[in-house]
Amino acid sequence: MPSHAALPGNAMPTAPLDTRYQIETPEGIDLPLRPAGLMPRALAFGFDLGLRGLILGILFIALAFLGNLGIGLGSILLFLVSWWYMVLFEVLNQGCSPGKQIMGLRVVQDDGTPIGWSASLIRNLLRFVDMLPFGYFLGAISCLQHPHFKRLGDIAAGTLVIYREQPLARPHVPQAPALRLPFALELNEQRAILGFAERQADLSAERTHELAAILATPLQVSPARAVEQLNGVARGLLGPS
Amino acid sequence: MKQSLFETRHQPHWQAFATQVTLLEQGKAKTQDLTHFPHDYRRLCQHLALAQERGYSSYLVDPLQQLALRGHQQLYRHRSQLGAKTLSFLLADFPRTVREQWRFVLVACLLFFGSLIGIALLVYLFPDLIYAIVSPQQVTEMQGMYDPDASRLGRAAERASSEDWMMFGYYVMHNIGIAFQTFAGGLLFGLGSVFFLFFNGLMIGAIAGHLTEIGYGQTFWSFVIGHGAFELTAIALAGAAGLQLGWALIAPGALPRGEALRLAARKSVQMICGVIVFLLIAAFIEAYWSSTTAVEPWGKYLVGATLWAMVIAYLLFAGRSRHAPE
Repeated sequence: MPSHAALPGNAMPTAPLDTRYQIETPEGIDLPLRPAGLMPRALAFGFDLGLRGLILGILFIALAFLGNLGIGLGSILLFLVSWWYMVLFEVLNQGCSPGKQIMGLRVVQDDGTPIGWSASLIRNLLRFVDMLPFGYFLGAISCLQHPHFKRLGDIAAGTLVIYREQPLARPHVPQAPALRLPFALELNEQRAILGFAERQADLSAERTHELAAILATPLQVSPARAVEQLNGVARGLLGPS
Repeated sequence: MKQSLFETRHQPHWQAFATQVTLLEQGKAKTQDLTHFPHDYRRLCQHLALAQERGYSSYLVDPLQQLALRGHQQLYRHRSQLGAKTLSFLLADFPRTVREQWRFVLVACLLFFGSLIGIALLVYLFPDLIYAIVSPQQVTEMQGMYDPDASRLGRAAERASSEDWMMFGYYVMHNIGIAFQTFAGGLLFGLGSVFFLFFNGLMIGAIAGHLTEIGYGQTFWSFVIGHGAFELTAIALAGAAGLQLGWALIAPGALPRGEALRLAARKSVQMICGVIVFLLIAAFIEAYWSSTTAVEPWGKYLVGATLWAMVIAYLLFAGRSRHAPE
């Protein structure tokens, strides 16, 4: 296959341009995390804010019937809800407050391990500074300029808000007689061909042909037959099912 | 090995592991079923590495990665014994941290108690100064609260216990809120902590000086001395924790600023946990002891002085020798 090195303009960037964050585990494997940006986090916070308001509203109405005792309990409650709501949910619910749960987010430590009491306490106490001078101004700026979208509290606590992994549906690889190419494929070429076969259902027929036609010459087939040829190679790579 | 063969051979393992992880995530896993968990996890990691190395398709590698990540989350979850840890924290770790960070504690104490005492003296000597610091309404409010005649009238009957409850809740909310703000403000290069320490010292000092000057000293001092031991120390310590954060940003030493901040935050949060405990004690004393009128003022001074001595002795001496609970 032609190498891209000759075309500096089109050369593949060495580091991928996406926002993935790799952690290496003690077992020697790399796990990719996907940090979440400002918008989903703001929405999650908005939801949490609304929920807290709702909880407090309902409880305050109930406590109003208890007189002074109710006021006392109410202030303790207000304290718990305003300072501890996030900490308790994050530590006891696998890093998800209800808002994060809905937006599909979770908080983890920088090294991918679950968040503990002290880190959660730091990031939520320092939320006060993130909110300065109004409406999460500092937090938003810090979040927008940081490569992993951390607000100040996250930097201090060494935590990261990531997307929770969603289960993937396994696509169907198109039927084709298995083929073996006369030359060896590199690993990323192998994966590219597999990816092409697996993602065909999402592409229009024209685009599929257009993509496959690029490889018609190295595969030594006519552009019209390139798709079938590639599917065959993918089948061959997968092996008999 | 071809991808399909690899997959069919190991699929049952992966499925079994996934079920176990799901159980763990929901907190329903039984201990005896988990003896093989680390082993299964390592096997999964091995399969993942193999799949990546052999260039199998992303639709095989990605689910394995997700599963490994979920397993990683469960395997490395911290499960500490909260009870024993709290005890050793209170008996030893907290005062040790305070002593270890004595420079910050000293600066915070100077800022807070210095401004408090300084302004109290100034207001006592120049009474009109109070109106430059505290608004006239607040002054009248404070005077109403500590008026010896009014309080004798108002508190002739013991306060109802429900009112104690109310005040307890209020103090918890209000004071811990202030302490948290003082701490968090440290992130602004320490300026926030300095501001809150100074500001709170100024307010408390001005009111103390004013009330003493107009002759309400007895009611005021006998009320505040008891819980003040815990409350004022706690505010100063919260400020010290905040200053620690700020200093990590100003002078990170050999580390990058972010890293220095992270390390400082981990230490200072210990101090904050102690501050929370102190403030809970303070709120309790303030609501149930400071407000009683059954005890003569000299009794309150005595108890108050003992509490101050206890707090100072605790911070200076507790945890110097190693004890069994650690």
